[in-house]
Amino acid sequence: MTAPAIRIEDLRVVRGGVMVLPGLSCEVSAGSVTGLLGPSGSGKSTLMRAIVGVQKVAGGSVMVLGHPAGSAAQRTRVGYMTQAPSVYGDLTVRENLVFFGGVLGQPKEMVERVLAEVALHEHGTRLVSSLSGGERARVSLAAALLGEPRLLVLDEPTVGLDPVLRRDLWELFHRLALQGATLLVSSHVMDEADRCDALLLLREGRLLAQATPSELRARTGEGDLDAAFLRLVEAGA
Amino acid sequence: MSAHVTLAVALRVLRQLRHDPRTIALALGVPCMLMLILQQLFGRNSPVFQQVGTPLLGLFPFVTMFLVTSITMLRERTSGTLERLMTTPLHKVDLLAGYGIAFALLAVVQAILVSALAFGLLGLEVAGPKWLVVALAVANAVLGSTLGLFVSAFAQTEFQAVQFMPAVVFPQILLCGLFVAREEMATWLRVISAFLPLTYAYDALARTADDRLDARFAFDVAVVCACIVLAVALGAATLRRRTE
Repeated sequence: MTAPAIRIEDLRVVRGGVMVLPGLSCEVSAGSVTGLLGPSGSGKSTLMRAIVGVQKVAGGSVMVLGHPAGSAAQRTRVGYMTQAPSVYGDLTVRENLVFFGGVLGQPKEMVERVLAEVALHEHGTRLVSSLSGGERARVSLAAALLGEPRLLVLDEPTVGLDPVLRRDLWELFHRLALQGATLLVSSHVMDEADRCDALLLLREGRLLAQATPSELRARTGEGDLDAAFLRLVEAGA
Repeated sequence: MSAHVTLAVALRVLRQLRHDPRTIALALGVPCMLMLILQQLFGRNSPVFQQVGTPLLGLFPFVTMFLVTSITMLRERTSGTLERLMTTPLHKVDLLAGYGIAFALLAVVQAILVSALAFGLLGLEVAGPKWLVVALAVANAVLGSTLGLFVSAFAQTEFQAVQFMPAVVFPQILLCGLFVAREEMATWLRVISAFLPLTYAYDALARTADDRLDARFAFDVAVVCACIVLAVALGAATLRRRTE
């Protein structure tokens, strides 16, 4: 077993006087597609922000690819997609990617490659502000893919996408994992859980379970992952 | 800090401007319009127009770039793009310098256009070199940009950011010596004005207009440059990789 891509020990985060993560420990194995699942408000985004190093933390340690989260060494190796599409509405799709690619020191060919990967190659010259929500999210995802990051942290990348596109993106995630990347993908819908190699189930800032989908089924005796989640919540309560 | 990242930021800001021709038209057209009104109001050869024209020409870019930068930066903070950039190798100074370069270029165009109008058509006269007026205008634009970047950290909404313009810029314009000579001000106002960067920006322009490029002029320019550096440092301090 290789070293985990992410190792978190006793992570505590306070936001606006509220303890959002009251001491969380977990691991994400390298080369996996790990789903971070939980209802909205469970602390998924805060955990992701801590992993990419933009979250102020009250305590604990977050090690990413062998370095403390947010250290200079990891900034070219981690791709991050925020929940709200963080791209410039007043630039075209391609101009956005050329900019983020430029910041990462990537050649222009990389832009065309990631555009094709998120199926936006025909929309390169459109202004981002004229795109639909789902298209904007894909521009944001494409920006995270620039620079072939070793770790991709994607906050709800498939929200609002049509099923065909969603399937294509999950295929892309697994393809990237096969090429050696580690992916941490959050979602608040359990039906995406089956597409993950491993799951982190989060509720009210606490880790309910860390398991593969089949382990989760076996442990709870539920075939349906939504029901399995409920069973875990009730068992913990 | 790296040159290619700074350049990427500057190009990106210029591309954003290019998609917004109305902002460019306003940034270039409004100072020309105000200069024309001023000349028509007081008359071509009036001492008021001749005295106020050059300093105003050099201060316009300060006001424009202060506003444009504070709003652009606020958008960057609220849209999540700043958070994304903070996960990349981009250094804070790259971002600030990129903005500074982009808006300085816009200021060059603005200052040249207004100068051409004022010196060419409107009959504004300046005893010192005209290129120096343009150069000072660009320095003031950079000062405005850097101050705008800094105050954008204290605004949560665009409404608030817009209010910072009268709050930060107007007192400086009132106290810089343009309306009342600083020697004639109440002592407490004169003391305050000594701490405002626009006082020195104004004095440098007024001295250029009279061709009094003495030691005091050099001091004025040095203070403006020091204020730019200070504002960049303060601005960089407000850009945090980690936020709550």
